[in-house]
Amino acid sequence: MNRRLAGWVFVAPALAAIAVFFVGPVLAALAMSLTDFDIYALADWRNLRFVGFDNYVALLRNPLFWQALLNTCIFVVLGVPLSIGASLGAALLLHSPMARLQGFFRTALFAPVVTTLVAVAVVWRYLFHTRYGLLNHALDAIGIAPVDWLGDPLWAMPAIVLLSVWKNFGYNMVILLAGLQAIPEDLYEAARLDGARRWALFRHITLPTLAPMLLVVSILTMAGHFQLFAEPYVMTQGGPAQRTVTVLYLMYEEGFKWWSLGSASAVAFVLFAIMFAITLLQLKVSRTQAGR
Amino acid sequence: MSLATRRGLLGATAAALAAPALIGCSRRDERTLQFWAMGREGEVAGELLKDFAREAPELHVHIEQLPWSAAHEKLLTAFAGDATPDLAQMGNTWLPEFAALGALEPLDDAVARSATLAPADYFAGIWDTNVIDGRLLGVPWYVDTRLLFYRRDLLARAGFDAPPRDWAEWLRMLHAIKQQVGADRYAVLLPLNEYDPLVALALQQDEPLLREGGRFGNFRGAGFRRTLEFYLDMYASRLAPPASNNEIANVWNEFGRGYFSFYITGPWNIGEFKRRLPAELQGAWMTAPLPGPQGPGASIAGGSSLAVFRRSPRKAQAWRLVEFLSRPSTQQRFRALTGNLPPRRSAWAEPALAADAHSAAFRDQLERVRAVPKVPEWERIATELRLVLERVVHGDLPAARAPDELDRRADALLDKRRWMLARQGAA
Repeated sequence: MNRRLAGWVFVAPALAAIAVFFVGPVLAALAMSLTDFDIYALADWRNLRFVGFDNYVALLRNPLFWQALLNTCIFVVLGVPLSIGASLGAALLLHSPMARLQGFFRTALFAPVVTTLVAVAVVWRYLFHTRYGLLNHALDAIGIAPVDWLGDPLWAMPAIVLLSVWKNFGYNMVILLAGLQAIPEDLYEAARLDGARRWALFRHITLPTLAPMLLVVSILTMAGHFQLFAEPYVMTQGGPAQRTVTVLYLMYEEGFKWWSLGSASAVAFVLFAIMFAITLLQLKVSRTQAGR
Repeated sequence: MSLATRRGLLGATAAALAAPALIGCSRRDERTLQFWAMGREGEVAGELLKDFAREAPELHVHIEQLPWSAAHEKLLTAFAGDATPDLAQMGNTWLPEFAALGALEPLDDAVARSATLAPADYFAGIWDTNVIDGRLLGVPWYVDTRLLFYRRDLLARAGFDAPPRDWAEWLRMLHAIKQQVGADRYAVLLPLNEYDPLVALALQQDEPLLREGGRFGNFRGAGFRRTLEFYLDMYASRLAPPASNNEIANVWNEFGRGYFSFYITGPWNIGEFKRRLPAELQGAWMTAPLPGPQGPGASIAGGSSLAVFRRSPRKAQAWRLVEFLSRPSTQQRFRALTGNLPPRRSAWAEPALAADAHSAAFRDQLERVRAVPKVPEWERIATELRLVLERVVHGDLPAARAPDELDRRADALLDKRRWMLARQGAA
């Protein structure tokens, strides 16, 4: 047996698994996105029509798709910087030599990540309540009129962003904390001897050393944010006036609520294309930054 | 331990584990009837079937409990995977969809032969929901409709001693209540995340909601326009809060606090209001049939049916179970266990139900219930109805354009249906 063949034999099980559980379904979904597969086709294959790119054309013409894309982009643009900012802030606070009870706070801040979303949603629905909510009580105390968080089309998405940032920042915080702990202390010491102040230390030592980690965190966070589904599903069911329908939520409704699996597959591929393009862009930007 | 003995042991263990499973399988396949039921009904079905076990000891029934939220999907998946049960509880609005799949066994002959199941004893509107394209595909198990729950005391304070009978009278009451309660309270709750109240009022019109055999939407028709205008006016005049149930958070508390005086909802809320409202308010609320454009109006014929699957090898046995569950005595017991209202008039003779003041309006309303359009696409069309309504209430869409928009959306959703009907016509 030659070495090449042996190599293939060794990777064969993994390749087979990937082919069966990944490549196959993806190709099947791609084929399905070119048909009008629905409940009637489930009854009888003769009811299946090949429609070419009609699903994609219809999707691009569907105002709800653009609304969903806009909603998703609003969520990403608001949510990603806030989430990473909160993670970095919390990580810096925990890493600070002045911090007491580090273990306790680390656990406390990480707790929302591992809490069930459904339970969290019940609590947050009350926090957001227009008349009895804690949030509006606080606003009232500083003289701001109550906000109908989950009922006003303007505020529903910001409310989802708040919930999501609170729920998820702990995860990135732990990653960034590990990154902070890996920065050698002598770098800071040397800079301090040169007269650097706190901001200069952060700007010229912490940030550059943390950069690769921040890149990974931002790619993961953005990919995660583009797939927003669970929060609107449990909080608003896409309402009010469809302002919290995201691309993934649209796909869920098309596919699993209405069984229009053809157009649901088309949504999935469009979402994939968008995320792929954005991740490429992100990598490219970080490479040019690193090369500078 | 040597490799050989270890392998031997493993084999023996595997065989020992597999054997009962195999026996279990074969026994299930031979004699056990598979019955799928949802939610609370699934929970009490076992209790209900104890008598059936005495009558038919040779039949063993396996009850599969499904949560309501997943039931529809599971039934469709079961059909796709050739794993449908022998019989199942089904929301009666799902029947057109499963009829399109050809998943259900027509029951016309079985009913004609039956000694205990008399169609004339059933509320006509409810029975009709089970007849799809002229064939009976299910037997009503319990009924559900929407009508008015209202605060007697608040209505009396506004100067009325009886619930409304037509829209004009209802509107007068709503305005009178609104004057009493002021700007930050309302007269009626019509949640923006529910389509049932609007559909119920739309069914009161003489024109159908879909035209040409369910090929096109009929929302531009004068009938629907009247309903929509009436409905939207309740938001525009601040009689109804422009809110969904999610924002109300707890409708029972708010009803108790007088945040609204009228609420269009279903029979399950009789139990909820009795349980959740404080004792001093128990005399203050009542139910009433839905008012119509002229005099008492229609409402939705909802509820669940029992359906037998075409692929079942035990249809005769499944039918025996359907007959057992449809007996008035079983239905009375079923009501006692769940609070579900029976679809047979004779089952309403039971003293506890006949004496219940809150159920009386339902008994009256059930004589005037109508089926929603019987096409598989209906639920999606109704959802579009809700979405368009929400957009109008939030000011995103002028009210005058809503009927056109609704017809446009409905026609697009019915495109495949038109294609299939045309093909069937040609063949």
